[in-house]
Amino acid sequence: MSFLDFSRITKTYPGVKALSDVSFGVARGAVHGLMGENGAGKSTLIKILSGDQHADAGEIRIDGKVQAYSSTRDAFDNGVIVIHQELQLVPELTVAENLSLGRFPASAGIIAGRRMLDEVGAKLKSAGIDIDISRKVKTLSIGERQMVEIAKAVMLDARVIALDEPTSSLSSRESEILFALIDRLRAEGKVIIYVSHRLDEVFRLCDSLTVLRDGKLAAHHTSLEGVTRDQVVAEMVGREISDIWGFRPRKSGDVRLKVDAVSGAKLKTPASFEARAGEIVGFFGLIGAGRSELMRLVFGADPRSGGAISVDGKVVHATDPHGAIRAGIVLCSEDRKHDGIIQGRSIEENINISSRRHHARFGVLNRANEIATAETFIKKLKVRTPSRKQDIINLSGGNQQKVILGRWLSEQGVRVLIVDEPTRGIDVGAKSEIYELLYQLAEDGMAIIVVSSELPEVMGICDRILVMCGGRIGAELTRDQFAEKTILAAALPDTKTPDAIAS
Amino acid sequence: MTDQLKKLLLGEQGLVVIFIVAFALVSLLVPNFLTDRNMLGLLQSVVTVGIVACTMMFCLAARDFDLSVGSIVAFAGMVAVMASNYIGSILLGLVAAIACGAFVGFINGVVIAKFRINALITTLATMQIVRGLALIASDGRAVGINSPDFYQLALSKFLGIPTPIWVLAVLFGIFGFVLNRTVFGKNTLAIGGNPEASRLAGVNVDRTRIWIFALQGVVCGIAGILLASRITSGQPNAAVGLELSVISACVLGGVSLAGGRATMSGVIVGVLIMGIAENAMNLLNIPAFYQYIVRGVILLLAVLLDNLRSSALGRR
Repeated sequence: MSFLDFSRITKTYPGVKALSDVSFGVARGAVHGLMGENGAGKSTLIKILSGDQHADAGEIRIDGKVQAYSSTRDAFDNGVIVIHQELQLVPELTVAENLSLGRFPASAGIIAGRRMLDEVGAKLKSAGIDIDISRKVKTLSIGERQMVEIAKAVMLDARVIALDEPTSSLSSRESEILFALIDRLRAEGKVIIYVSHRLDEVFRLCDSLTVLRDGKLAAHHTSLEGVTRDQVVAEMVGREISDIWGFRPRKSGDVRLKVDAVSGAKLKTPASFEARAGEIVGFFGLIGAGRSELMRLVFGADPRSGGAISVDGKVVHATDPHGAIRAGIVLCSEDRKHDGIIQGRSIEENINISSRRHHARFGVLNRANEIATAETFIKKLKVRTPSRKQDIINLSGGNQQKVILGRWLSEQGVRVLIVDEPTRGIDVGAKSEIYELLYQLAEDGMAIIVVSSELPEVMGICDRILVMCGGRIGAELTRDQFAEKTILAAALPDTKTPDAIAS
Repeated sequence: MTDQLKKLLLGEQGLVVIFIVAFALVSLLVPNFLTDRNMLGLLQSVVTVGIVACTMMFCLAARDFDLSVGSIVAFAGMVAVMASNYIGSILLGLVAAIACGAFVGFINGVVIAKFRINALITTLATMQIVRGLALIASDGRAVGINSPDFYQLALSKFLGIPTPIWVLAVLFGIFGFVLNRTVFGKNTLAIGGNPEASRLAGVNVDRTRIWIFALQGVVCGIAGILLASRITSGQPNAAVGLELSVISACVLGGVSLAGGRATMSGVIVGVLIMGIAENAMNLLNIPAFYQYIVRGVILLLAVLLDNLRSSALGRR
């Protein structure tokens, strides 16, 4: 008898059947993986579990009891806690305050500060979570914030904890800490739903696994013994993917982008590098190594305080994105939600926002052209949507990423494409598609820069890797020099040995 | 049946549907409402609010706010009258009024976009500064118009319809086009949706915001001129509280204060609903004090409806 039961869950959104007739069960004290491509229905299922959305049909049972939540608060009170990709903490409050929010120990409305610290401290100590609870959340790293979110679940004595892509913005070290914590929660008999795109994590952590595809149950494994990765990938995409990187050697041409001693407020050490036409250059490093900061300087997203940038030998004087785009440099940012999508506006508008200047006359839009552009890229990038008029906020993360890629691919005269974490939160099938696209663009002569925290990814698709560490470019390797250990060693600050992370 | 009704009311055109129903009801129930004279009077009464709502829509759509519109309207009216009197040319007077409006709007825009001062605070300040200027220029008194031609701006008719209503209609048309069919309009909506993402997508956010406020100034100038012509003088205390009526009309018309969402048809309906409510209450001899309450209630209901619609669309 399973502890948590999903029974015939069905959910329809306008134009999309998000879930149809999904049933499976999870035993107590198990970490249960939930996998599937973007738009397969994972997020919807989690939203229903959290009380944020209602299923059109079907029910969720915990310990045999039917759960009928009318709100996330209800789910909370029933011991179901979902930890989302976007963390929900109040940055200006301390850890202890965040953990007590809504349940402050108080007398006559005055918070008993000492008691709060003691209570929170004791609870976290018994759960083995090690955070300074008097710090403000805004001073914590993303990894630490994630811990606080999990601590919240611990504080509430959750019975079911769902984690949605918890490691997507964690370094490998932080991930290890998270895994240790999950192991401890499992030992305590909690049910953990683990949503992830990363197969190695799922195989390392999970006891059982459910794979969704197009809103339907594609596979359910009560044990992962004897299950292979290829099998799971095939279940997710509905076909076999042999080599997810599909690397193709290319000839590189002349130097396209030359970055010379560029520095800025968040990148003190001047950085220099080059990228050639047809070349895919990888930037690897730990979170906070300065990769994104460097790319933001190149794109003009942040003002640069020194250095020079040139494209095809022509100096780029502009120091704002507007000018960079005109010089042929574009950037897909790492933080899609904050820096990429324009909420409340349609896919069509999100695609056309930059490229429309090429066909607008005297500031008046060319409607026919905009519609055609939107349709072309929705098709070309396989964006899953009922219509180009759909608000971008309603798309899954991977599909949003595709729309943003479409925004830049529809631009004319792009010579340098910078993609920061291009496949974060994206499933295997879509990943291969995006890699294939990058190869094509490189073959057409673009210089492509891929910033990624996933070592296999940069090793799999790049011609050359630059490794950043502590705000400077520490090493440069060509494809024949690629070796996991060398790259990791260059990425780690001197105090740590590569084995500590590689093992 | 109820599902269909729900779909109709909460759909894209829900507001228009409600407007048509309300209009039909008022026409049936309120005597003397549906007459040529009353219709023209109604439209004339919404000219000022309607004109200013055109650009306030852009302002709100870009996640900004402008409280200074009432003061600019009064100030521009003063300038139109005093400059016409002084120069002896009405045309130059009008140009001066519009230039002054544009200048104030431009200053608003520069302070807000370049110096990154909150729009609410900035325009709260200019609202008072500009009102002060209008009072100082006129020594606190109404200023009469020398040339009777100035009255003709408001009194003249074309095809039996007063000029101000034509001006309003033309501005509705222009700004509807600008919002939906131009790069400027789409950039405005994008900035309201996500300012940082828009900047990174190459939109010149600062320049767009400055333009929005400058345009708002120009449009306030036009509204000020027409108002001065209608009340046959420059009144330093004219259009007090206009900003709230205009913002109410926009919100009624489905413009999101969180930015990124606006339609011209919605704003037109918002302006007309406000006008009809007031007009009907006047015809029914409802005392002015009660009218405030009714207006507030209408606004709240409209926002509630909008909320329902957003959640029906699955958006939070």
